[in-house]
Order: sequence, then structure tokens, then C-alpha cells
Amino acid sequence: MRYVLQRIAFYVFTAWAAMTINFFIPRMIPGDPVQALLARFQGQLNSDAIESLYVLFGIDKNSSLWSDYVDYWGQLFRGDLGLSFSAFPSPVSEIIGEALPWTVALVGITTVISFLLGTSLGVLAGWRRGSWVDGLLPVTTFLSSVPYFWLGLLAIFLLAGPDSFFPSSGGYEGGLVPAWDQYFIPSAIQHSLLPALTILISSVSGWILSMRNMMVTVAAEDYITVAHAKGLSERRVALSYAARNALLPNVSGFALSLGFIVGGTLLVEIVFSYPGLGFLLFRAVGAKDYPLMQGIFLIITIAVLVANLIADILYLLLDPRTRKEG
Amino acid sequence: MTIPTSSIDQVIPGQGAMAQPEEAKPVKAKRQRFRFVTNAKAATGLVILGVYLLFAVIGPWIAPYDPGARSSQLVAPPSPDHWLGTTHLGQDVLSQLLVGTRGVMVVGLTAGVAATILSVIVGVTAGYLGGGWDDALSALSNVFLVIPALPLIIIVASTFQNAGSTIVALTIGLTSWAWGARVLRAQTLSLRRRDYVEASRASGETTCRIIFFEIMPNLTAIIASGFVGTVIFAVATEITLAFIGIGGISNWNWGEILFWAQSQQALAQGAWWWFVPAGLAIAFLGTALSLINFGIDEFVSPRLRSAGKTKIKTASGHTVRMRVGFTPVLANSAEPHTHARPMPINLNGATPVQRTEEVNP
Repeated sequence: MRYVLQRIAFYVFTAWAAMTINFFIPRMIPGDPVQALLARFQGQLNSDAIESLYVLFGIDKNSSLWSDYVDYWGQLFRGDLGLSFSAFPSPVSEIIGEALPWTVALVGITTVISFLLGTSLGVLAGWRRGSWVDGLLPVTTFLSSVPYFWLGLLAIFLLAGPDSFFPSSGGYEGGLVPAWDQYFIPSAIQHSLLPALTILISSVSGWILSMRNMMVTVAAEDYITVAHAKGLSERRVALSYAARNALLPNVSGFALSLGFIVGGTLLVEIVFSYPGLGFLLFRAVGAKDYPLMQGIFLIITIAVLVANLIADILYLLLDPRTRKEG
Repeated sequence: MTIPTSSIDQVIPGQGAMAQPEEAKPVKAKRQRFRFVTNAKAATGLVILGVYLLFAVIGPWIAPYDPGARSSQLVAPPSPDHWLGTTHLGQDVLSQLLVGTRGVMVVGLTAGVAATILSVIVGVTAGYLGGGWDDALSALSNVFLVIPALPLIIIVASTFQNAGSTIVALTIGLTSWAWGARVLRAQTLSLRRRDYVEASRASGETTCRIIFFEIMPNLTAIIASGFVGTVIFAVATEITLAFIGIGGISNWNWGEILFWAQSQQALAQGAWWWFVPAGLAIAFLGTALSLINFGIDEFVSPRLRSAGKTKIKTASGHTVRMRVGFTPVLANSAEPHTHARPMPINLNGATPVQRTEEVNP
């Protein structure tokens, strides 16, 4: 229990740090960015939006940095992330709310599948070191070096087309309205297959490699020799003795690499014009929509922190040693 | 004080002690020095990386066309005139690739150097000084590890109105040092209580000298591998930034080629020559760097090497798979082997080992 509380305290601290970074980024810009933005959005911004821009960039001459910071936190706790000005006057939280389920579904499912698949292949590669599975290693190295978005481009080029089963962009068929019915769900699944496959192919190799290396390390431990000497079946030694112990560092690695994976999947969404957070971020960057960019960053960070906490609790369940310490 | 040559074997605790029987006796001291290069993976990686570095230097000179020059051949497939075809404005794709190499390499290496310096400062300080310093610096690097780097980099880089390649490189460097710092801290922690470090502390050497002359040389492999890892990440990230339209507009970064290919419907037009070469260039660079890193890993911990020939035919026609960690027991004795009977001692083969303690895993 103490372990969980420690981890929660750390994540709260990290969330605070991320939000503070978020507070200071717009204040680093030299010059008067608001004037530059006003020039870009000539006539499209009303006085309210201009006022909130000045607050966002901290060039509100009448208030101190500290009172800005307090105001910023006050806004966050009310769930107010400001107004988007590429989709003015919708609030940022509303726009993000529409995109979030798409990303969570796509990234969540593919990441879990990729972790499970990669780990099992890694167990095989590590246990049967020197067999044909080792021949897969250079291939996986190459695949993990390919940028996610380029693999996406290639997948669209090769598999999607006007008369192909795979649609090349979007999250669902044009005429449909998002709902839980028999028209929308199959269409959404069909549209997510290609992005999911892309993420799967480029992320699975990392798990294979790290699991293989852990298996090789564990396979030389004394308790494996003992398990063999006891005459246990090969399968049982590999799975219950070696893999179970080799899995632990992989689970903590899972938590740490989540940030990278999320970054990569955002790009896949951009390539496939998938209506998730990544595509939203892409459009926000293109439109210089700072409130929206910051809101997306906050939401992604919080999501990653929550996923990390889940991985930590999973680790706790897998490793009895951490439980004893509590 | 001399630094024990064996210390590199103990980089990962518990490894290396039994792992390298074939390297225990180097033939010549001179050979030892280039052992890293003799690793096939590292050598392949270094050769490919060398080719990229060469193109980074001579690329702009050997490019057949000005990468920005337009011509009348729009979206033309590869031909003797344009080896890799042309873009929507008739620009030569090969020239763009060649000219872009320099920008990609410079940003990647700059970010790698910046991140490595930061990670060494943070990691070694935290590991060596311990106490409050360690707590604070570890918390800092954990925070940077957990915060998703790419969205942060995108936001920082797009905040600057005209982010040049220097800003992109520094942003990447400032956000990607945490992993290296964490690994270095762990290794420094295990080194600082070694006998030779204790001895130099007892003989009154300054902290600075101990860190730079006793500890750092033993961290070389880890620092190198961290550097290569960061360069991989930095190259991928800068190309990503260029692909989504942030960063230098005029240096023909490969991501920019892909950006134009994507936005000008290269996919719908079937113009594979426009985006395939740039992607392959990125992938091969990444593979080369990963191979160097595997080489370093295997150099540090020989157990990770993929075993060469592991299936051996015995004289009696059985096939045995050699594995790290255990001795094969052959079923070629006349007695049927069961678990109940004691194993007959076979003078030609493996000798059973009696274990009385540590029976339980």
C-alpha cells in the first residue's frame, strides 16, 4: 500500500511539473505573439478572445506572474482549458472530449496487443536462442527504425485505394453519425484496422527485443538450472520460471516507454486523418491554435500518468517482493 | 591507481562472470583494442553510418540539381535524368535527399551531444553524491521520463515563430536526456563502492578527479550507448517535426520531403519514388545506429550475443542444442534414465554435480 501511495505522490508531482511547464512555455516567446496572431486572424477574434490570449501569453501588464499562475490553476480545476481559436468559440475541453475516445480506443487496444504479442515472441526468441527465431531480430530492428508515419504512408499506398477494403482516411463512413449502432461500429472498426496494423508492426519489435534479452539473462540463473534438474517439463520451466521473472523489467519498461508509444501513435493518426488527438494536434499546430495545443498536451500527459499508475499496480500484483515491503 | 580491466564485465550485476570463456585470454593486447569493431553488428552499423556521414559532407556538392529548382517534368517517375523522379514542381528527389542529409545528421548529432552531456551531469552527480542530490535529480529525470516527449517538443518548437534547426536540436536535447541519466545513475551507484574508488578516496583524491578519472572511464560504454540511442530518437523526432510542418523550411530535411509528398497527394498519384527513398534513408540510418548499440550491448554483456551454431551432432547420431546455463545430458548411456535412479558417472561426458544447499529457486 505504501508503494502505491508513493507512486501516486510521484505522479501528482509529475502532473504538477507538466502543468507548470505548460504555463511557462507561452511566456518564453520573444516579442508580442498576440499581435502576430491578431494579424493572422484578422477580424476573426472578438475582444474576449484577445483578452484571454493576453492572459495566456502572460503579457497582461496589470498582473504579476504569481497571480497569473494562481489564475491558471483556478481555470484548470474548473476544467476550463480556454477557447480554441481555430474553432472559435468552442471551448478546448469540448473539442478534446470529442477526439479523446478515438485515441484511447486505438492506442489502448493496439498497445496492449503489441505488448502481449511482442512479449510472447520475445520469450520464444530468448528461450530458443540460436534457432530460426534469431533470424527475426534484424528484421525487427529494421522495422523499429522505420518511422511510424512512413509505415502508415506505405500502408495507405499499398493496401488502401478507391476500391480496396481498407479506407485510407477518416474514422468512419462519411454519412454516419457516431452512435453505438450496427452501422457505425463496423465502419469504425474497418477504418481503424489499417492504423492499428501500422502501430502494431512498428511497436511490437521493441517488446520482442527487450523480452528476448531479459530471457537470455534469466535463462542462466541458478533456479532455472534447478528447475531443469528437477525434471520439470521444458514448457513449465520456460513459462513459469524464466518468463515470469523476465517479465518484471518488461512491465516497468512498458510504463516508461508509454510516452514514446503515444508520441508515435499521434503521428499514425495524422497520416490516416484519424479523428483522434494526434490529428487534432496536427491541425492545432497548423492553425497556431495555442490553447488547443496546450490542452492536448495536458490531456495526453494525464492519460500517460494514469496508464503508468495502472502498470505500477500490475507490477505490484506480479512481483511479490514489492508487496512484502509494504 | 589502475582501473581493473574486468570492471566492464560487471556492468550488469551478476553477468559476465561466467559469460566469456573464449575472451578470458586475449591473444594480443593490441587486438583487444579493436575488439568492438570485430563485432559483426557494430561493424555493419559503423560502415553504414560512415556512408551517411560522407553524404552529409559531400551531399550538396554531388547533388545533380539544385533541390529547389523547378523543371517541366512534373511528378515524373525515375529516369536517367532524374534517378529518383521528380516532385509536383519538377524538383529532383535525389538532390533533395542528398542535400537534406547534412541537416538531418547535424541536428541528430547536436541533440545527441546535448542530451548526453546533460545525462552525464545529472546521472553521475546523482549516483556519486547520493543523499538529497540523488533524490532531487532522480525525481527530475523521472518526471522527464514520464512526460510524453513528442507532444512537448511539438508544442515548444511550434511556440517559436520561426524555429530553426538549432532550436529544434536543443529542444530535442533538453527533453531526451532522462533515460541516459537514469542508467548512468544506477551504474555510478554500483561503481562508487568499488575497492578502487574507495582506495582513491582514502588516498585523498578530489571528488572531481575521482569522477573524471576513476568513474567516467568505466561508464564509457554506457555513455556511448546512451549517445547512440539519443541520436536515434533525435533523428526520428526532427524528421517527425518537419513532417508535420514545424522547423526549418529550407534545409530539405527528409521529413519535409515526406511532408510535401503527403500534402501533394503523392499517395493518390502512385508516386512511390517521392516518399519511399526518404523513408528508406531514415530506416537505414536508424538500423545502423541500432546495430551499433547492439554491438555495444553485446560488448558489455557477451551473453546477449546470438549464439552461432547451437545444434551439435554427437557421435551416436543424437542432436543436442547447446544452451547458456546448462550442460546437456546425453541419453546415450546403456541404462535407461529415470528420475529415480542415480545418474551413472560418465567419464567422457558431463559430470553430475551434487547440490546440497540452495535447492529451492
